Amino acid sequence: MNTVLALAHIVLKELYRRKDFYVLFVLTAVITLLMGSIRFFNDPNIVRDLKEICLLLVWVSALIIAVTTAARQIPAERESRTIFPLLAKPVTRGQVVMGKFLGCWLATGAALVVFYLFFGIMSGAHEDRWPVLNYFQAFWLQWMMLAVVIALVLSGSVVFSAPSANITICFCVVLGILLLGGHLNQVALQQGGLLGTITYTVYFLIPHLEWFDIRKFIVFNWPLVPWLDCFWATLYAIIYAAFFLFATWLLFRRKALTV
Amino acid sequence: MKTSRAILLLLLLLSGAFTLGIFLQPRALKRAGRGQSGSVLSLLLGDSRRLFANHFYVKADVYFHSGLYPSIFDQARDAEEKENHMAAEQHGEHSESEHEADMHALGPPTDWIERFGRHFQVTEHTHLQGANIREILPWLAIAAELDPGRIEIYTVASYWLRRELGKADEAEQFLRRGLSANPDSYEILFELGRLYYENRHDANRARNIWLLALRRWQQKEGTQKEPNWVAYDRITGDLAHLEEVEGHYSEAIKWFKVTKEHSPNPDDVQKQIDDLRAKLAHGSAQQ
Repeated sequence: MNTVLALAHIVLKELYRRKDFYVLFVLTAVITLLMGSIRFFNDPNIVRDLKEICLLLVWVSALIIAVTTAARQIPAERESRTIFPLLAKPVTRGQVVMGKFLGCWLATGAALVVFYLFFGIMSGAHEDRWPVLNYFQAFWLQWMMLAVVIALVLSGSVVFSAPSANITICFCVVLGILLLGGHLNQVALQQGGLLGTITYTVYFLIPHLEWFDIRKFIVFNWPLVPWLDCFWATLYAIIYAAFFLFATWLLFRRKALTV
Repeated sequence: MKTSRAILLLLLLLSGAFTLGIFLQPRALKRAGRGQSGSVLSLLLGDSRRLFANHFYVKADVYFHSGLYPSIFDQARDAEEKENHMAAEQHGEHSESEHEADMHALGPPTDWIERFGRHFQVTEHTHLQGANIREILPWLAIAAELDPGRIEIYTVASYWLRRELGKADEAEQFLRRGLSANPDSYEILFELGRLYYENRHDANRARNIWLLALRRWQQKEGTQKEPNWVAYDRITGDLAHLEEVEGHYSEAIKWFKVTKEHSPNPDDVQKQIDDLRAKLAHGSAQQ
């Protein structure tokens, strides 16, 4: 476990050395504050549009950080050949995969904390209400969703030849699931026949990342999602993340390390 | 490079930039004046901005329903064309049962994934109430910016601004903006008349605006195969009520007669005419 944590620590350090997070955070803050400075019909109390835009930027930024950080972990080690001294130590390939995953997940979580702090302060300042538990729930579900995404990208980084291809494909898959994943059953029912069966199978196989998006609950001030449902969703994310990590390990353990 | 030469070069660049600015400014203004909206958005997006305008108009409706809105997939389940609930609410045409049925287009879940997923979706049907209605306004303002020719944006925004938020000045300003982009719109004139009548209590100006609205209706709809009689009835009906309140019973009767011709409830209108005739007769008898 210490080895995994040590590897994760290196990935965490990498995040705060790189400029990605800072650029995305500044962009999010600037766009949100600019939008907040606009008055519609001389009403200073309009806030939901601002919350929606800020949360959208948080989601986009977190996704970019997660995908780009995870995609370059293993290929970078192979390209710079630092994987050899790493594996020469008493470190297994499984620990490398686990350490990279944990590092990316914790790094994304740290970035998310900063984003949600900003969102909470911005929203509270405009709305004068502080639903901390709701924000925590939104943060937690998003973080769990990102665990699945990071595991998916890590497995992609072992399969695809270049990180750019992996990033592009993973973005398409994740956005596709987020936008259409929950509606594939309706598409399948309308199609019918063999195509319908295939679509329905895909619907049952894909991780339903759209479950973890509770932005509407935050924007429209709905009450908390039942904690038991959050627990089941967390378990669902853990199972999918474990599946992708196991697949990554299976692929990585016999993979040639030379580029 | 010598300092003097560098300063000269800097001055040359500065004058070049200034000259270019002077040269481009009138062209930019001319270009901005091409479309109905002179905004940067219209310059950048061209006519495609209308697609985005529709998105933002629907967004306002999503906000009106506090996040509950059927997706295109949910709507596909229901073959019937859906009306815009927010506009219907404004016109008071849509019955509550119809409205409820529209918003429950989500339908029962077909499998466990959909059933469990509903826990993370807004499934309760509510409407924004009171001052919270202001939350729909940014999207309407953006929609109007993107598509200044879409009339219902102005009338819907004005309705909520003056009725729920008490912002008659802002409503008038927005309606006048809509009127300058759509000078032939009888709908905007009708709403402006209501603003003058209900919020400003200026019956004379309201009457003049509604008469203008009626003329615009005749110009626009008079030649149509199927004219918009609902709008016609609304204008003449409001004119009749105005005259009734002002005590001009014979004028009111005249307008009610016009309304009756195309009203879906001619008996109700006739009853109002009869009441007014009775009042008129009573007034003459007293004199």
